[in-house]
Amino acid sequence: MPRRKGAPEVNAGSMADIAFLLLIFFLVTTTIETDAGLDRMLPPIEPPDQDVVIKQKNIFTVNINKNGQLLVEDNLMEMKDLRKAATAFLENGADGTCTYCKGKKDPSSSDNPTKAIISLKNDRETKYSTYITVQNELVGAYNDLRNREAQRLYGKDFTDMEADYLDPETPSSIRDDLKDKVKRIQDMFPQKLSEAETTTN
Amino acid sequence: MAKFTKKKDGDLPAVSTASLPDIVFMLLFFFMTVTTMKDSSLMVANTLPNASEIKKLEKKDRVIYIYVGTPTQEYQKVFGTEPKIQLNDKFANVDEVGSFILAERAKKPQELQNVLTTALKVDKDANMGLITDIKQQLREVNALKVNYTTYEGDAFNNLQ
Repeated sequence: MPRRKGAPEVNAGSMADIAFLLLIFFLVTTTIETDAGLDRMLPPIEPPDQDVVIKQKNIFTVNINKNGQLLVEDNLMEMKDLRKAATAFLENGADGTCTYCKGKKDPSSSDNPTKAIISLKNDRETKYSTYITVQNELVGAYNDLRNREAQRLYGKDFTDMEADYLDPETPSSIRDDLKDKVKRIQDMFPQKLSEAETTTN
Repeated sequence: MAKFTKKKDGDLPAVSTASLPDIVFMLLFFFMTVTTMKDSSLMVANTLPNASEIKKLEKKDRVIYIYVGTPTQEYQKVFGTEPKIQLNDKFANVDEVGSFILAERAKKPQELQNVLTTALKVDKDANMGLITDIKQQLREVNALKVNYTTYEGDAFNNLQ
């Protein structure tokens, strides 16, 4: 058939629908950049019913003074050595019940990871950035140990597993599977980081 | 009556799309003007410290923000150069933090009220004294989940 009037006109009536679809898609997917930071739990205000007796050797004290110097277990320490010292303390395993620990089993240090407590104290004049660095190193010590165990058991880093678990976009089937794994690793090295009230002087 | 059946078959009346761009632009402008980034204008200097072991803050509707830092230049005449707390759009004292958290919590839907996180956006030059007071306030209103918001980076950069 010979063409008579050039190309036929395209019906553009559905263009509006397409434009709206695009508009709605961008409206929904636009998220302003998410923040990130160190998650911490504060201790509840009401004291526990009975006093819990904790052996001194199970407490790893970290003191920050107003100049940003560290006093760890009554010794002066450089910031870069803190993570190693905390790791060594956490996995010391003096009572031998911790099968996965690779510590020195030093009898004067912590019994096992579930009993080990890190106590952080700071001065009122400590700079916030120093405090965050210390927090970062202590959380890093826990994460290092947890990553090591997660690598051994599941061949994945704990931090990645936890991030996937907390990500709302992970399908629930994967999330259920991760839940037990994450829980298990967390129980191996429970994060016991206590923050006492600060000293005023 | 013959007039009504005059239509020829297969002849769709063409929809005029000439006004379509106008409609879409109208919508676009509507959303552009209505959208407010609820990052209420910062009245304090807010250079966050760096940290490497960070977790993402998911779900913005479950987060209450508290800003701390020295007031910016334009507010320094009135409020001085000591670090201050900013809640929403105004400066506040430490003892207002508790009631602020309670008020914000009451605004959230019931099912979210127990899972709220308090994001502390604190300038790296602030002192811990103020932070400790805020933490004490948070404990008093039982807002125990906190997030020290940081930038991603090497934590040792903080020390310089």
